Amino acid sequence: MSGQACYAVLGALLFCLALHALVVADSNLRRLLAVNVLGSSVFLVLVAGARAADPLPQALVITGIVVAVAATALGLNLLLRLAAAENKDSGPQAEDPA
Amino acid sequence: MTDALLPLLVLWPLATALLALLAMRTSAILLALGTLGNLALAAALAIRLPAGQDVSHNVGSWDAPLGIALRADGLSTFLILITALASPLLALHASAAYERPELRYFAGLFLLFMAALNGLFLAGDLFNLYVTLELLGLSAVALAALSGGPLALAASLRYLLATLTGSMAYLLGVALLYRAAGSLDMLQLAGRGPDLPGGAVAFSLITAGLLLKGAVFPLHFWLPPAHANATPPVSAALSALAVKAPLYLLLRLWMVVYDGAWPLVSDVLLTVGAAGVLWCSVLAIQQQRAKLLVAYSTVAQLGYLLMALALVPVVGAAAYAGFALLLASHLLAKAGLFLAVGNLARRAGHDNMKDFESVVRHMPLSAAAIALAGVSLMGLPPSGGFNGKWLLLQAALEAGKGWVVAVVLAGGLLAAVYVFKLIEHTFGGRDRPDAESLPRRSEWAAFALAGGAIMMGFAGYPALRLLGGVP
Repeated sequence: MSGQACYAVLGALLFCLALHALVVADSNLRRLLAVNVLGSSVFLVLVAGARAADPLPQALVITGIVVAVAATALGLNLLLRLAAAENKDSGPQAEDPA
Repeated sequence: MTDALLPLLVLWPLATALLALLAMRTSAILLALGTLGNLALAAALAIRLPAGQDVSHNVGSWDAPLGIALRADGLSTFLILITALASPLLALHASAAYERPELRYFAGLFLLFMAALNGLFLAGDLFNLYVTLELLGLSAVALAALSGGPLALAASLRYLLATLTGSMAYLLGVALLYRAAGSLDMLQLAGRGPDLPGGAVAFSLITAGLLLKGAVFPLHFWLPPAHANATPPVSAALSALAVKAPLYLLLRLWMVVYDGAWPLVSDVLLTVGAAGVLWCSVLAIQQQRAKLLVAYSTVAQLGYLLMALALVPVVGAAAYAGFALLLASHLLAKAGLFLAVGNLARRAGHDNMKDFESVVRHMPLSAAAIALAGVSLMGLPPSGGFNGKWLLLQAALEAGKGWVVAVVLAGGLLAAVYVFKLIEHTFGGRDRPDAESLPRRSEWAAFALAGGAIMMGFAGYPALRLLGGVP
């Protein structure tokens, strides 16, 4: 198996693993991380598909990474706000143990 | 000259979106400027598009594969025009629904959402389609989170995870196509999909990703909470506009790159669509919250769209016209219905149908909007919904799928049950004269959109002329 095909197979395996993690994860942070791994696996397949001296896949992956960063930032912000909103709802009980 | 309109259709909403986010006090004006300017550009494109031909524009004069190619044909122009018609009314409703800080966020995000939609309808290559899909998904998630409650935030997060997963499945399919064909341009790939190594795997991944993003049954789990917990103009924008884009893209990719290949795909999509119509209509009937009922109705109506889409490669013109008319009339009817139900919920202070007060005396236009939108959703004449379903039935009979007739009739009856459930509570119940009264424009926006769904019943001929042949 050539190096490139090796990376493509690795990417496909990683995709399946991330999908599995996404489905079975029990917390939103884990799910967000799983989606990030999912993205990386797709980028790996994209780069592995490049022919010699073809700059296009690299350009695509850079764009994809930028999109993934923005999406992760949005997801983390939602997570933080959700945690804050839930704490506010159960405020007095949350302070009891302390 | 006409081709200069294509980049403007993306740039104008994008520029007004950025200005709206920067400017503190002028967001209402920028929202109006953005949506009305977009309508003017869309109308100019629809008027000047040569019949049966495409218009294309290479941004910055760079050719594919380096440049970004924008293309408009009948289908994309039709969708841009319908979206542009609905958006100023959504903006009008939003201007009454939000206070100043929220209106600024809504204006910026909604115009960004419009830029992404226009870009998606115009994009000519598979990677730019991915970028516009992501822009659409991210702005839609941010819009859904705008109301800020814990329910809305949890639903938005789920929406985000679903839409990102869908995008990644789509992008993996695109990566496989690029690996096999060495091109991302849809025209260069035209008809080559089925014969490429890995072509079937790529198609499955792309289809699964798009169906997840389009919330098609059974991948709809994320839609009802996200749409039902958002603020009314956002619910309307998401239900009317956001979920249509992935189905449009599926139709185009399937017909252009895959040439409508594999009869099995048709059968599977047809069955899935029919199951979605029946199952989600039953779920809609069982809901107690008005906005959840409307959200489940969206998933059910998406089933009809999928059925029409599935028949396009089999029978061609009738199914294609049915798909476009069903899409346009559901877009208008559902936007009107969500705004009208939002008006009732705002007056009542909740959206629990059983405790809706007798609102018809105070909000005749919203009640009328629910009735008109209901007529189109049930598929009664005269309405766009009726014409669309008629064409769908004609296509099904042409394809020799008689059982589709039974599903469409049963779906219409089930829609009648949930629409009447909504109407019953609008007219019944106690009166509450002390409730806050709404600005008139909230009601007019809902009424105009629902009326538009009825008018689609009369606009069939010009719509079909604009649409042209199957892409």
